[in-house]
Amino acid sequence: MTRNGPLALAFHVLFVLFMAAPLLVVVAVSFTGKGYLALPFDGVSLRWWRAFAANTDFLASFWVSLRLGMVSATLSAAIAIPAALAIVRRRFPGRDALAAMLVSPLMIPHVVLGVALLRFLSGFGLAGSFLGLVAAHLVVVTPYMVRLVAAGLTSLDSRLERAAESLGAGRFTVFRRVTLPLIMPGVAGGWILAFITSFDELTVSLFLASPSQTPLPVRLFTYIDQMTDPMVASVSAALILLTAVTLVVLDRFYPIDRLLTGERRA
Amino acid sequence: MQPGTRAPARGATSRRATSPWVLMAPSTIVYALVLLAPIASVVALSLQGFDFGRGILPRWDLANYVDLATDPLFHEVLARTFRVAAIVTAICLAIGVPEAWIMHRMAPRWRGLMLLVVLGPLLVSVVVRTFGWMVLLGSNGLVNQALEAIGVPGAPFRMMFTEFAIVLGLVHVMVPLVVLTVWASLGRLDPALGRAAESLGAATFTVFRRVVLPNIMPGVLGGALMVFCLSASAFATPAMLGGRRLKVVASMAYNEFLNTLNWPLGAAIATLLLAAILLATLLWTRFVERRALRRLGVAA
Repeated sequence: MTRNGPLALAFHVLFVLFMAAPLLVVVAVSFTGKGYLALPFDGVSLRWWRAFAANTDFLASFWVSLRLGMVSATLSAAIAIPAALAIVRRRFPGRDALAAMLVSPLMIPHVVLGVALLRFLSGFGLAGSFLGLVAAHLVVVTPYMVRLVAAGLTSLDSRLERAAESLGAGRFTVFRRVTLPLIMPGVAGGWILAFITSFDELTVSLFLASPSQTPLPVRLFTYIDQMTDPMVASVSAALILLTAVTLVVLDRFYPIDRLLTGERRA
Repeated sequence: MQPGTRAPARGATSRRATSPWVLMAPSTIVYALVLLAPIASVVALSLQGFDFGRGILPRWDLANYVDLATDPLFHEVLARTFRVAAIVTAICLAIGVPEAWIMHRMAPRWRGLMLLVVLGPLLVSVVVRTFGWMVLLGSNGLVNQALEAIGVPGAPFRMMFTEFAIVLGLVHVMVPLVVLTVWASLGRLDPALGRAAESLGAATFTVFRRVVLPNIMPGVLGGALMVFCLSASAFATPAMLGGRRLKVVASMAYNEFLNTLNWPLGAAIATLLLAAILLATLLWTRFVERRALRRLGVAA
């Protein structure tokens, strides 16, 4: 196929610039020594990174988000793997409807999910608890998990499982020793995507957070709502750099397009 | 376990296996408790009344919906929400589809890196990305400095807290999704198809318009629907770039729930938003996507 012409490449450069600009600006402005957000500035300073490191609220929120992401991604794997097995491998009445239900949170506005869960969980005294946040995030991240595990199962050669069975392996042994290892890339990709989605989730969490259980995006959003000093930039820059490093390392095993769609690269 | 479900499925494992109902049980229970029941409860809440002194009133009627239907502020917010979503969708298609095509034609060496740059922002919190636009669009932000430097008349412009800022921020959030879905459909495309058209003398743009585009249309339309729904229900970006005055439906529901504390009215707004999204999805898949599939010769 012919290569891209100069016009196409110029378009591409502009596009990449558009995508990168807000992120680069945040990283740049986090090194200002001034008390306000301004570019350009002279002299690199770590003033606001130190302010961030000394801010116990933000650090506490970081740990809440980390725990929340790990717990909800892991629970999501536990419910999504059997569900994906049923959907991909079996034919049963209501299968299409259940499959649609599993991915439906992708289409439901997060504000709706947030108000619904606030209303529902406060009836059980769970609004503002870690458990409530986990329940909410579980539903938000499971569609990604289902999609990646299902993609892994679809490309799995079921003759391998039958071979194990014919050699006398029990039902659970086949799953544990043959199926699970073979779909592990899908499970791992799903877990990572679920974790990142949970770690970044704002809107649903906003309704369910409490002073002791405030995930990082909620902390950042409410802080920006009050004031915008360059500490916001240093927190944001930390998140950008963390994501960038994760993605570059991950890309060796799991190209980003495959991570996001579950499909193999063309 | 239910009777009649134990028959081994064709093409799956050869002997009696765990019932699909057992496999579906954990996820179905979680979804029933954390998705279906809460949404049902919020729809029910939208039918109840509210009094600032006494809280939620135990009555059942459509008063909240009548209030919204006759509230000019809500009309304005509703119109803004769907206008912004439509503009964002159009821009995302206009720039996202060509970008996916350009990346598809890149040398594999560059492709991986460019995919990281273009799709990577999807994995950065929307709060962080929108904050970047707050820095860029401020009255003495880089955009205005650049405009002044090249002598654009009228600069600096007030860009923060305008619909322009909301659209720009949302395009940045959403356009990778279009690139992603189109990229995935391009990957499924038979490369021989494009080569055949080229060998018959078609120009690059003609190949794209006449051969590639019809084939990736399902991906394009799927991406468009996703972007429209997500833009219409977006909260963080409009709230941060639009300020308190330029409300959208999502931020209005948020306001009723967490500031005004009129939960029944907030529930009615949320219910309407959900209904609008479901309706848009239904109409789109029924009329637009089916037609595209039919044009491709796929029975739908």
